[in-house]
Amino acid sequence: MSATPLLELRGIDKSFGPVQVLRDVAFAAHPGEVTALVGDNGAGKSTLVKCISGIHPTDAGEFLFDGRPVTINSPRDAAALGIEVVYQDLALCDNLDIVQNMFLGREKRSGIVLDEPTMEQMAAETLAGLSVRTVKSLRQHVASLSGGQRQTVAIAKAVLWNSRLVILDEPTAALGVAQTAQVLELVRRLADNGLAVVLISHNMNDVFAVSDRIAALYLGQMVAQVKTTDITHSQVVELITAGRSGGLGLTGEPGGNGAAPADTTPGAIR
Amino acid sequence: MTAIVVKKEGPAGVAPTPTLNSHVNNYWRRVRGGDIGALPAVVMLVALAVGFSIARPSFFTAGNLANLFTQGAAVTLIAMGLVFVLLLGEIDLSAGFASGVCAAILANVVTVLGYPWYVAVLAAVVTGLVIGTVLGLLVAKVGIPSFVVTLAGFLAFQGVVLTLMDEGANIAIRDDVLVAIANRNLSPALGWALAAVAVAGYAAVQLLRYRNRAARGLLTDPLTVVGARIAGLAVILGVAVYVLNLERSRNVLITSLKGVPIVVPIIAVLLIVWTFVLQRTSYGRHIYAVGGNAEAARRAGINVDRIRISVFVICSSMAAIGGIVAASRGNSVDPNTGGSNVLLYAVGAAVIGGTSLFGGKGRVLDAVLGGAVVAVIDNGMGLMGYSSGVKYVVTGVVLLAAATIDALSRRRAAATGNR
Repeated sequence: MSATPLLELRGIDKSFGPVQVLRDVAFAAHPGEVTALVGDNGAGKSTLVKCISGIHPTDAGEFLFDGRPVTINSPRDAAALGIEVVYQDLALCDNLDIVQNMFLGREKRSGIVLDEPTMEQMAAETLAGLSVRTVKSLRQHVASLSGGQRQTVAIAKAVLWNSRLVILDEPTAALGVAQTAQVLELVRRLADNGLAVVLISHNMNDVFAVSDRIAALYLGQMVAQVKTTDITHSQVVELITAGRSGGLGLTGEPGGNGAAPADTTPGAIR
Repeated sequence: MTAIVVKKEGPAGVAPTPTLNSHVNNYWRRVRGGDIGALPAVVMLVALAVGFSIARPSFFTAGNLANLFTQGAAVTLIAMGLVFVLLLGEIDLSAGFASGVCAAILANVVTVLGYPWYVAVLAAVVTGLVIGTVLGLLVAKVGIPSFVVTLAGFLAFQGVVLTLMDEGANIAIRDDVLVAIANRNLSPALGWALAAVAVAGYAAVQLLRYRNRAARGLLTDPLTVVGARIAGLAVILGVAVYVLNLERSRNVLITSLKGVPIVVPIIAVLLIVWTFVLQRTSYGRHIYAVGGNAEAARRAGINVDRIRISVFVICSSMAAIGGIVAASRGNSVDPNTGGSNVLLYAVGAAVIGGTSLFGGKGRVLDAVLGGAVVAVIDNGMGLMGYSSGVKYVVTGVVLLAAATIDALSRRRAAATGNR
């Protein structure tokens, strides 16, 4: 486990009009690790991800990337840092093939002509690097792929660009058992390849299967960020639903006004 | 046997070249899975040609073949532009009268104002560009459905043509160059030369691509298939040029009439250019992406609004070129140029050729094949002596059949996950 996190957030505040969605949130993602981001509906997971990926500006707080302070004002800034998001609804074009989807918007060209052979080779290498062997042909339309294969393509698309932080929004929500295992294996492999991975999930089995750390959001506050080995299944559920569990989580009344999170020290390990 | 081996091949690139057999099998599987492309149009074209040739021997003559090209040219050109709009799942109902407006501008500039032909052509195409930009802005930036925007255009442009035509008078086109577009022919030698260049160019592109991919260890089409494609094109072009180079004048002493109509290479060049744009440039790739999933395209950093505006610009510009050809063929422009059935024939041509009305699927070649089907129906039924009424009904039925095939194959493709 490396000492400096790849991405570190401190004191992030975010409001939409009168509604404060994120409150003094601290969060860290380490290279080579899968950090699971858990929380109930409305806890602010999606908002936090959108802040990291530059879709929403934050009201207050600092971003540290590689230990250096950075500002992320647009998805382009995030992409330039090597932050890629795989959205729940995948954002693939059914009428294009795998290679075309992976390079969509960033096609390789020689002159004005598309450089198909190079793109196909790079796509093949990326998929091989992720040990993906389930697709028949790189030139088949994405519509003909199974849910797990589509997820694989979406993830491969995200890692194609030497990305360093990949955020996965519920990648297994719509998948069957075998395909879920396949995708989780891929998620683990991303981290083993040295990337920082943030996994948003509702599924505790998935979280415990692949994550190294768990960060729990409760009503817009980061109530805990702990090593997966130091916490039990039921403790996580308590954190998600009540905001505290034993010595972990909020100290004041749950959801109380401005209750200080017990532990917002970045990267704190319990 | 080989097919099974290919099926199990990993994505890692180094793959054996599939045999001819597996290539044919793959194609057949795609067709059965709903990916039929232009197959119905080709089948329809052959069936209609054979049927009409049997019913009316005069259909299968060099003179009539040349007629087919000049009759179908304007509709085909408009349909080529419509393919771009249809690829986004949009529609342009104003393309017919947009071509009329551009033709009216052409006639006014060249005949009334007396400018040279190239100024008139430029003015017509610029008019098309402006019309397309306005339509595109209204659809993309204001957010009005394209159906409504272009329906308004359809009505308004009809009025614009009338106004430009001085309330109904028609304007003759006497400029030699403009008249030549749809009424003169290439010399036989030039026809052969162009056909040879086309085949050689196609062969070069295909073989280079084969070599390039094979050198990198990527999956290639079997060499026999590549060769068959080149030979196929050579045979089609060879036969067409040979037939068109036959003497079609009834009395050679008065005038000699032979050679490829000038409008044919014009269509061919535009076909090549637009096919290149759609298949080989990132702009073309982005058009397909927006047509397939606009949200995914937006997230990939594609400027969806700009793509949307640009396809309307292309469509109206192609309508302008169609209008120029129509004006040339008629030797004049009248208030009904681009009116009556022109738009419906053009939409029909694109759809019959295999372009989907649902967006995301289609090629420029579809417009040419579909345009040929429409022209053959129109021409053949005319020779059979049917009235306009019957022709309209038949064309309507064919369009409906094509749209049905589109919808059914789409459903089938969704079921087999092939689209």
